[in-house]
Amino acid sequence: MINWRSTWSIYTRELMRAMRTAFQSIIAPVLTTSLYFIVFGAAIGARMPDIAGVDYAAFIIPGLLMLTLLGETTSNASFGIYMPRFTGTIYELLSAPVGVAETLVGFVGAAATKSLILAAIILLTARLFVEYQIAHPFLAVIYIMLVAASFALFGFILGIWADNFEKLGIIPMLFLTPLTFLGGTFYSIDMLPKPWDTIALANPIVYLVSGLRWTFYGTADVDFGLSLGITLGFLAVCTVIIAYIFKTGWRLRA
Amino acid sequence: MSEPILELVGLSKTYPGGLKALDNVDLTIRKGEIFALLGPNGAGKTTLIGAVCGIVRPSDGTMRAFGHDMATDWRAARARIGLVPQELSTDMFEPVSRAVAYSRGLFGLAPDPARIEEILRSLSLWDKRDTRIMALSGGMKRRVLIAKALAHEPDLLFLDEPTAGVDVELRKDMWRQIGAMRERGVTVILTTHYIEEAEEMADRVGIINGGKLLMVDDKAAMMKRLGRTEAHISLAQPLTELPASIAHFPVELEEAGTSLCYRGGDGTGKGKGEVADLTKALIAAEVDYTGIEVRESTLEDIFVSLLGEGEGAA
Repeated sequence: MINWRSTWSIYTRELMRAMRTAFQSIIAPVLTTSLYFIVFGAAIGARMPDIAGVDYAAFIIPGLLMLTLLGETTSNASFGIYMPRFTGTIYELLSAPVGVAETLVGFVGAAATKSLILAAIILLTARLFVEYQIAHPFLAVIYIMLVAASFALFGFILGIWADNFEKLGIIPMLFLTPLTFLGGTFYSIDMLPKPWDTIALANPIVYLVSGLRWTFYGTADVDFGLSLGITLGFLAVCTVIIAYIFKTGWRLRA
Repeated sequence: MSEPILELVGLSKTYPGGLKALDNVDLTIRKGEIFALLGPNGAGKTTLIGAVCGIVRPSDGTMRAFGHDMATDWRAARARIGLVPQELSTDMFEPVSRAVAYSRGLFGLAPDPARIEEILRSLSLWDKRDTRIMALSGGMKRRVLIAKALAHEPDLLFLDEPTAGVDVELRKDMWRQIGAMRERGVTVILTTHYIEEAEEMADRVGIINGGKLLMVDDKAAMMKRLGRTEAHISLAQPLTELPASIAHFPVELEEAGTSLCYRGGDGTGKGKGEVADLTKALIAAEVDYTGIEVRESTLEDIFVSLLGEGEGAA
């Protein structure tokens, strides 16, 4: 049975760690996203035609949100577990009567919470630059939470897999960011020439961006059900991998 | 004899790559004792602690703590065990009191500011409660680790090299702290390669080397069984052979007959009495001497001797 006091301790401590590094955790991504809005939304967006009936500046909001969400959630979760491994403080977690449930809900929950706070701030920031309406606000929140939880789990796996700082940064830098840029953040897949529009569908981030865009504007490159299914599938795969890690103690216990 | 609270049977650990860090270790720890695990670097001390505390996965053997099988009922067992690691591993940016409160919460206990205050005061950390750990001295940081380990009020506390790299004054202060823990009913298992530490504090001593537990015994019994008195008597005139009246003593001539060496006793002082009798016998036999040097063997001598035997047998 899950020990909620242990879980709460891990969760609050991780959130406090984020507050300690507020500039890196919150202000820096908000600043970066604001720059995207200024450049692609206000400056370039003003000269761009509407896409699927959505103003270009508003069109890029879900993509930019996803760009920040994926990067920050993965980084937060991976650092959250990598740093105790790196500094040796993980001994305390391993020697405590806590298992996979407490650890996951604590670390991954805190990483996901930080991302949700960040998402809310980014959406409020976007309001300063762009007028937009969210067609399905409840679904948007649920979907953002699902994506945040999935990539927090993914980041957790990354933080356990990495045995140096280079490895910790390599996946977000070399895979996540490029795939998000190419996943329809700034354009619709329909705008790509053939065969790139078909090849782009092999990029899993396309489904995430598209899913979030559908909750915002009711229009997307792929069916929302497919986006939701892929997100849930990714969540399930990450959960199974983490369960295996805890069962075998891989890279956690000597 | 107190009830056993930790029982290790056939505990082994082989790391990937083949290093056998623990080799079929059997050990029982009794409630309320201070047990010192002695061994050189790489002997397997930290691996043994890691196995009990869940940091190292044993390759073989069973572990029971407080009657709980640690393979299946690990939550109940770990809830009563505390660990102070060898390295100063903690979040250096956290204030002291928050770090200690976190440790208590991590073990599933409700916040208890009064208990945290008591622990911090007992370790002379109360004045530093709002100080970031990174701003503390090395000795204070080590106390913070002890406070964190005590936050969930463990019944069994592991101290892995608690005084490694600290100065003499702090080491003695640490010994006082460990004594105070025992007063509170905490069973303490400490690893050390400072023999004097074990001599000073331990009720029982275990000697480990190469992953094998070479010996476990009460410190006093170990001294009695393996301890010796060694006396060197400088003779005024060299002897070619021992006088018949002292032949029954465990003595032999050394340094071309100019020195008489006694090796005997049992580590309890019996040897000193025999040396006194020997000197009387020498006087009676009209053997003059110019000096006597008597030395009781220490735990360190026993330790070195056991390790030597172990290596010799290997």
